Order: sequence, then structure tokens, then C-alpha cells
Amino acid sequence: MTVNAVNLPDKEYLLPGNRLCPGCSVSLAYRHILKALDGQVVVTVPASCLTVLHGMYPVTAVTVPCVNTPFATTGASASGLVAGLKALGRKDLTVLAIAGDGGTFDIGIQALSGAAERRTDFIYICYDNEGYMNTGNQRSGSTPLGAISGTTPILGKQQNQKNVTAIMESHNIPYIATANASYPLDLYEKVKKAKSIRGTRFMHIFTPCPPGWRFPFSDTIRIGQLAVETGWVVLYEIEGGNFRLTSASESIARKGSLRPLREFISQQGRFKNITEDQINELQEMVNARWQLCLKRAAGL
Amino acid sequence: MDKIETIQIIDGNQAAALGAKLSRVQVIAAYPITPQTPVTEALSEFVERGELDAQYVAVESEHSALAVCTSASIVGAKAFTATSSHGLAYMHEMLHWAAGTRLPLVLACVNRAIGAPWNVQNDQQDSISQRDTGWIQIYARNNQEILDSVIQAYRIAEKVYIPVMVCYDGYILSHTEMPVSVPTQKEVDKFLPKYKPHTLLDPQNPKNYNLVTLANPRLNAENVLCHGYMEIRFLLQEALQNSRETIIEAGREFGKLFGRSYGLLWKDRMDDADIVIVAMGSLALEAIVASDMLREEGYRTGVVGLRVFRPFPKGDVVAALRGARNIIVFDKNISYGLEGATCSEIKSALYGSGVNAAIRNFIVGLGGRNVAARELADAVKKSLSPSADKTLNREYPEWICYI
Repeated sequence: MTVNAVNLPDKEYLLPGNRLCPGCSVSLAYRHILKALDGQVVVTVPASCLTVLHGMYPVTAVTVPCVNTPFATTGASASGLVAGLKALGRKDLTVLAIAGDGGTFDIGIQALSGAAERRTDFIYICYDNEGYMNTGNQRSGSTPLGAISGTTPILGKQQNQKNVTAIMESHNIPYIATANASYPLDLYEKVKKAKSIRGTRFMHIFTPCPPGWRFPFSDTIRIGQLAVETGWVVLYEIEGGNFRLTSASESIARKGSLRPLREFISQQGRFKNITEDQINELQEMVNARWQLCLKRAAGL
Repeated sequence: MDKIETIQIIDGNQAAALGAKLSRVQVIAAYPITPQTPVTEALSEFVERGELDAQYVAVESEHSALAVCTSASIVGAKAFTATSSHGLAYMHEMLHWAAGTRLPLVLACVNRAIGAPWNVQNDQQDSISQRDTGWIQIYARNNQEILDSVIQAYRIAEKVYIPVMVCYDGYILSHTEMPVSVPTQKEVDKFLPKYKPHTLLDPQNPKNYNLVTLANPRLNAENVLCHGYMEIRFLLQEALQNSRETIIEAGREFGKLFGRSYGLLWKDRMDDADIVIVAMGSLALEAIVASDMLREEGYRTGVVGLRVFRPFPKGDVVAALRGARNIIVFDKNISYGLEGATCSEIKSALYGSGVNAAIRNFIVGLGGRNVAARELADAVKKSLSPSADKTLNREYPEWICYI
């Protein structure tokens, strides 16, 4: 049965009143992730916005067991949890490692790559707000070309993002999916599927950040939707090597076309100094990626 | 009667690996580095042969090795790792994290010099540089002590919830074979109680480890005031201070079972000694050879070998040095800008004790530079010379090298 807003499980593992910013999409995504895992999970979290969500000792906003771990170690910490649970003979729990884009694209990529190469049996979720938002918005390996941040304050970033899902695909892991906090049911289904698969499963979740990207707190969902509608984010999954578009991306592929990327960019203050050339470069990148996705979805 | 031990001719790395195996470790994560590499190979072999029921995680770095052990330990498993030199330096962040989490981990550190420049030979700069990470540090003088100390380390760590680093000199011990009495599994099982983790992760009783913690105490949801960061730090220091008794008890109980007792330091011919040589690790055995030479020449020398460096056995050091008029400390490490680390600790221990000996410090054996007993003996004699105050530097250590 397909999940919908009505039959989504009632049980909450993320308590109301956490410390994240108003309008933050990470709460929304995390709430659905934990629901999809039925709370039968051990979580490991590095330094990130999620650390803030989890709260300050002796109070926490989550009702699942969790290990906070240093920034570079998410993949290794998960490997330790998996090895420890195996040694104790516990087979009923999913190990979830969840880190931001800085903790995944940059400082954590070595430990993640090692864990994936070892075929570690866990789910790794990167929630991507395209910068070091927990420290107040500095550039990361996921910050887009032209975006202003604390460390690209005037000119904006001069390089584009690295393609982290392609890197993870090169590890020949059984399940990869992209998702978006604005499409929580698609996200829920994917986590549910990831839970049913053994081995390293990687999910890349787009999580718009109102203060970092400089858009109104009330617009989070719309910004996330615009990202998909313009092709900045493509929703897909790669299961056993088979590529499949999902949710809104699948609908666009079937009966529509992408909206101009400018519509996504123009809504955000972080792009206020972006040049026409940079917009064109990003548009070309988006077009090429979309064509590649369409081809892959068609099995070509 | 069944034999409780067999004599095997093994090197220090095999002794460390056997110690971990006999301690029934459940998770091993390690990354190869000279001269520790054979430990990782031996443990992998135990696991692949089915002789050790453990998860071996072949990590991609030392930082990850200790991260794996840390999380495996939090989830409730008994974990072990081994490293050297740059590997230990790379673990630095996780050393703090493991001690801060109060995990009963054991790490074998095969002492090796740190670059730059590159050097794979022995000194103790690596583990001394990690002095302030909150770990118990034990130094072995020979391969028997490596094996015995790894086993004792688990008993200590699991009682006081502080991780233990068992340090032994690279090549001098790690790659040198000597006879070692290897206890049977049955006997070790008598010595080590069944592992009972103090942390377990379970959704039925969810806990969140190492959350952001403010400096001040803070109320929990039940309105109970809980420790702040400062109190948590105090408890680690207090536990380290108190771990002395547990270390002594473990060494004594080990002695009852196996006939080899261990304390915090080793004493050789100290009964009438007024000249005392202090050293740590295998250097302490070389110092005994030097001391014997000096005895032949009529000097009343003795040796204090430091076995436990953290917690530093202040009282025991003072008691041992009570009759000393000259103390000569040999260090295979240097706290740049001051002196050898063990010399500083000895001076600090003696402050206010009434022991008013002249203390000389010599830096020796860095990067595998050979340490000959004759050189140590000569250094002692130089320190005793009436003109020593003029010929030796009072403020900083002397170096036994060509400058």
C-alpha cells in the first residue's frame, strides 16, 4: 500500500520543540526518516545542525538511541555500531548514520567511502543544506556556484558542487536515492525501501535552509518544490543498478518540462551577486544532468 | 594438574595480539603502521581461522579505527585497537572522545618516533604526546609484560571505565622474540570477569550519548539537576586518581594466579641505593645493566622503572626515591622547550616531599638511536662529578648525541 498523509504511522520519534531554526526542513525530513524506520534504529550523528536538533544534555528531542561522534567519523562510527551489534548478536536494529553536506562531501568522505567499500550494513543519509549552516553558513563542497557564504562573502563561490551520489554509485552499493524534504512521502517510501535492503544504502536529501539561503521562513516547502521543478534536484533511486525517477521528477519526465533554473535562484538572497554567465553555466549543468537522468530512466 | 601456561618464543606484537585474543575481544579495528602492523595481521588471522569470535573491521585510517572501537564500545561490545606514532597522533581527537565517553577500551601503542623527518624506529614521543587525553598509560619492559598488561588492562578499564593504553617499544620489543609464558584461556577467564558493558543502545530504553553539554549543571525533564561539562571533567580526573588502587589490585590478583605480580613501578637494587636511575619501558631494563656496571665500580646505584605513567604514581615515586641523593632520569621523549616528560613528573612528585636530591635529565634513544648501557653509566658518572654543575646544563636536559 502506498503511503499517504492519512495512513502515515502516528507514532512520533522526534519530539516537538527542538532547537532548530524556524522553517528548517531538517526537522521535517528527520521526522519522516524515523517514522519509516519504526524507531527500530541506532543513530549516529556528527557535528551538524542535527546535533542542535538533538538537544543539550540532559534533554534530548529524539526517542531513539543515538551516538554523537566527531565530525570526520560518521561512516566509522556506523561501522563500529554495526560491528558491535553483530558481536552482541542483535539483528533487529538498523544502523542509521546521518550527516550534513559538510560532514559527507568534505570531512567525512573518507570514513564514508571506507564504510561503503567494506560493504557495511547501514543506511547513510546526507541531508544537504549546501553549506556549513551549523557554524553560520560557510562554503562546503556542496555549495553551488555563485552562492554567497561566510567564506565566499562578496564574489560568491567560484566552483560548483561535487556530485556525491555519483561518488557513492562508484562504490557499487545496492541502494542509492535522492529525496527532498518538500516531498516527505517520497522520502518516507525510500527510507522504508532502504530499510529492507542489506548492505550500504546511501540517501541524499535536499534540505533548504531559510537563514543560510536567505529566503523567508515560510517558503521552505516552496523552495524545495522549485528545486525539483527546475531540475536543481532530481528525485530518483538506483536499486541494484537500476535507475528510476520518482515522485515529481517522474511526473515532469512523463508530461512536462523543467522550469528555468532562474526561478529557483531568484528566490534566494544567497545568489544576489550571481552573474549571468554563472546562471547559464548552472542551467547547462542542470540540462545535461536532466538529459542523463531521462536516458538512464529509459534504460539507455 | 593442567598446565596454566605454555612457554612460547614470540615477539612483542604477537604478545599483544595474544593478550587481546585471550581477553576475548569482540570488535577489533586497526590500520597498519610500522612497527604495529604484525598485530593487525595476527588478529586478522585469529579471526579468519575462527580461533577468535570477533568482528575485525579493516578500517581506512587510524582515526576511523578508534571511532569504530568507540561506537562498538558504546553499543556494548568489548573492543581493541593497536597503533604507533603517526597513527596515534591521527587518533588524537578520538583518544579524547573515548576517554570522555568513559569507555573500557584497550589500545596497544607500539612506541615509534614521530616525523618530520620520517623515522620508523623507536622512541616514546608518540604516547607521551597523548599524555593529557585522559587514558591510563602502562609501559612494558619486555614481551611478557606486554601480554600480561593487555590482559590486566581490560580488568582495569572495565572496573574504572577509563580506556587503557599499553605501550611497548617498537622493534626493541615489537620485533624481538623472547620466551613468554602464555596463560591458557581457562585461566585468563578466571582473571577477567565476564564482560558487562555499562553502555547499551536499545530503542526500548533510548539514550543519547555525548550530546552538547553546557559548562554549568542543567535540569533534566524530571527537574533533576544533572552535571555540567565541568563536573563531567572532574569525574574523569577523580576516576584516574582513584584508578591507582584498581591497577594495583589487578597486578596483585594476576600475580596470585600466574606468579607474576605487577605494581605501578619496578625497583631494582633500591634497598641501599643513593644514586637512582629512572627510566620507562625497555629502557628501564637497559638501565639495570648500567646500574650493575656502576655497582661493580663501587657506586650504590638502583633503578626505578616507571610502569604506570598515567595515573602518575606520585606517592610511590616519592617513597621509592626517599633515600636518593642523586636522581638521573633518562627520557626517550622530549617536551620541547623544557625537558623529558618523565623528568618533569618526577620533579613535580618530589616537590614538598623533603627529598632533596640533585636531579639530572638525559634525552636518549630518539628515532631508534642505540642506547648502550655503558653510555647510561657514563652519564650517571658525569652527573656525580663534583664539577657537574659547571659541565652539565642545570636548566635543560643533556642529550646523549653527537652535538
